[in-house]
Amino acid sequence: MRRIPLSKLTSGKKAKVVEILGGGGLQARLMGLGIYVGREITKISNFALRGPVTVKVGRTTLALGYGMAAKIIVETE
Amino acid sequence: MKKKVFLIGNPNVGKSVVFSRLTGVQVISSNYPGTTVELNRGYLKIGEEKLEVIDLPGVYSLSPTSKAEEVAVSLLRECPKDEALVINVVDATNLERNLYLTLQLIEEGYVVIVCLNMSDDCCHRGISIDVNRLAGILGVPVVPTCAVTGMGIKEIIHFIENPPLVSKDKIFGPNRWQHIGEIIESVQRLSHRHHTLRELLEDASVRPLSGFLMSAVVVFLSFKLVRFLGEGLIKWIFDPFFIKLYMPIIQRLSFALGQRGFLHHLLVGELIQGNIDFRQSLGLLTTAPYIEFAMVLPYIIAFYFVLSLLEDIGYLPRLAILLDNILHRLGLHGFAIIPILLGFGCNVPGILATRALESKRERFIASVLISIGVPCVPLQAMIFGLLGKFGGFYVAGVYLVLFAVIIFTGTMLQRLTKGYSPELLIEIPPYRFPPVELLVSKLFFRIRGFLIEALPVVLAGVLVVNIFFYLHLFDFVTALFAPLVEGLFGLPRKALVGLLIGFFRKDVAVGMLMPLSLSAKQLFIATILLAMSFPCMASFVILWKELGSRYFIKAVTVMLVLSVTVGAILNLGILR
Repeated sequence: MRRIPLSKLTSGKKAKVVEILGGGGLQARLMGLGIYVGREITKISNFALRGPVTVKVGRTTLALGYGMAAKIIVETE
Repeated sequence: MKKKVFLIGNPNVGKSVVFSRLTGVQVISSNYPGTTVELNRGYLKIGEEKLEVIDLPGVYSLSPTSKAEEVAVSLLRECPKDEALVINVVDATNLERNLYLTLQLIEEGYVVIVCLNMSDDCCHRGISIDVNRLAGILGVPVVPTCAVTGMGIKEIIHFIENPPLVSKDKIFGPNRWQHIGEIIESVQRLSHRHHTLRELLEDASVRPLSGFLMSAVVVFLSFKLVRFLGEGLIKWIFDPFFIKLYMPIIQRLSFALGQRGFLHHLLVGELIQGNIDFRQSLGLLTTAPYIEFAMVLPYIIAFYFVLSLLEDIGYLPRLAILLDNILHRLGLHGFAIIPILLGFGCNVPGILATRALESKRERFIASVLISIGVPCVPLQAMIFGLLGKFGGFYVAGVYLVLFAVIIFTGTMLQRLTKGYSPELLIEIPPYRFPPVELLVSKLFFRIRGFLIEALPVVLAGVLVVNIFFYLHLFDFVTALFAPLVEGLFGLPRKALVGLLIGFFRKDVAVGMLMPLSLSAKQLFIATILLAMSFPCMASFVILWKELGSRYFIKAVTVMLVLSVTVGAILNLGILR
């Protein structure tokens, strides 16, 4: 098991959110969209030069900024 | 009976379509989160009573994160709970995420009716939902609907007439998501299917390589389609109408008026080499309708047709991801491309759409960029109409200069404006193919809006200008500013009238330039000045309202300084 930020996760891989760094504001926003500690998410892609990261959470496809993705720590095999 | 009906739900679940169905009031709906940024209010007649129905901007939870979301939540909270009936519109194809808000609403003790929208799309996607069991668990009525066809709306009205009782003290506990997981487990069945072409295209558009390729194709085709439709409409419909049918009538009128005099000057305008010229006569019945109907309207139709198509399919948020990186350098994030694109139609909806951006700083930067560097359809149509005859080089040049201005202004504002710019966080909707009727009615709605807004101003503008010309009232002003206009911008002093009229409407302003027989360089500079300087009155007012006085003054200063500088540089430095 490895703990890495979502921004570093390989595209196409599934992983489980284990920690969200950052303030309550970010946590609440992500919570409303269905990203919370314990949730499994699949990374679809990321864009070069610290561009956005896209993920699939349940049936929702989300795009989040690089900085945000760097604050979401996931656990992967 | 309740007093107010609130439509609330996640972004992009079709609240506005449900609203239109309930009230008969048409509003713009699309397939991207954040289409509705203002409140839509309407009335539902039940028997003798009229119930107020309020369509709120979409929210993911009751803790808001953008200005539009704030408006939604505070409005709901203002209304006493025993007077409010909440219709929670839910995307049936994405039940899990939508239930978060539903549980919050029920926990807070609102009378809730769940409207399980887009139910028809479920079977295509292999989802089946046990509606009765869901209603049982939640303790509120659940109605499957398909708002675009009207399915289930009657049942919603039935529940509005006979509102359910509040299920007291329903608490789903602190771990709402875990609870939702259990609910989904017991009410939703997925049948496994192979990936469809639609899903492949959905994924391809959010991967770097295929995404950029697709966007290049989409943008190119959109441009081509707008030009093709716009030119086609002019060539085959509007021009023949004006020349074959309308001209003889006006000619008769001109003769009847004796081809001279105040009334002739007002209605028909000046005769150009003894003939009426729709482009140059500047009469209330000649140039005014010709500009609006034969030069601008065709492009309005073409532009909004293509934009509506892209909106409804759900392509725009994908563009937001691809452009996120570039827009960050301008102090914005990817979502800002949507207000900017809307601004190409008309700056007013563009500036309004910036409400979906999170911070004041972003809203300021985006509004300034839209008003300074994004030419609206009326202005663009005139640029094509006037500069087109000098070749594509000049037309492309205008866009290039405006693009450079946007990049420069954005880079400056990003450094100089206080505050923070948050990061992109956006839901990417699935592709949807809306029924043609919906697309057509949205197009008509927008065209009607354009005509209602534009026609009175155009007619009033031409009327006032003609009276002023007749009384030689402009002479003083043009003489006063002649050194500026002639020396700095290399334009004849009469062009000042056009530039000033730009404050009323940009298309009329360019119309004022038509009889001056300007050179390509002069037209080039004049159109850029028109695009960059003061936005037209309507956008001016909206800008003021949205930004507040302090930021508004900043915005206007930036516009004035930059447009004078760019105009002078182009005249004195580059295009010698």
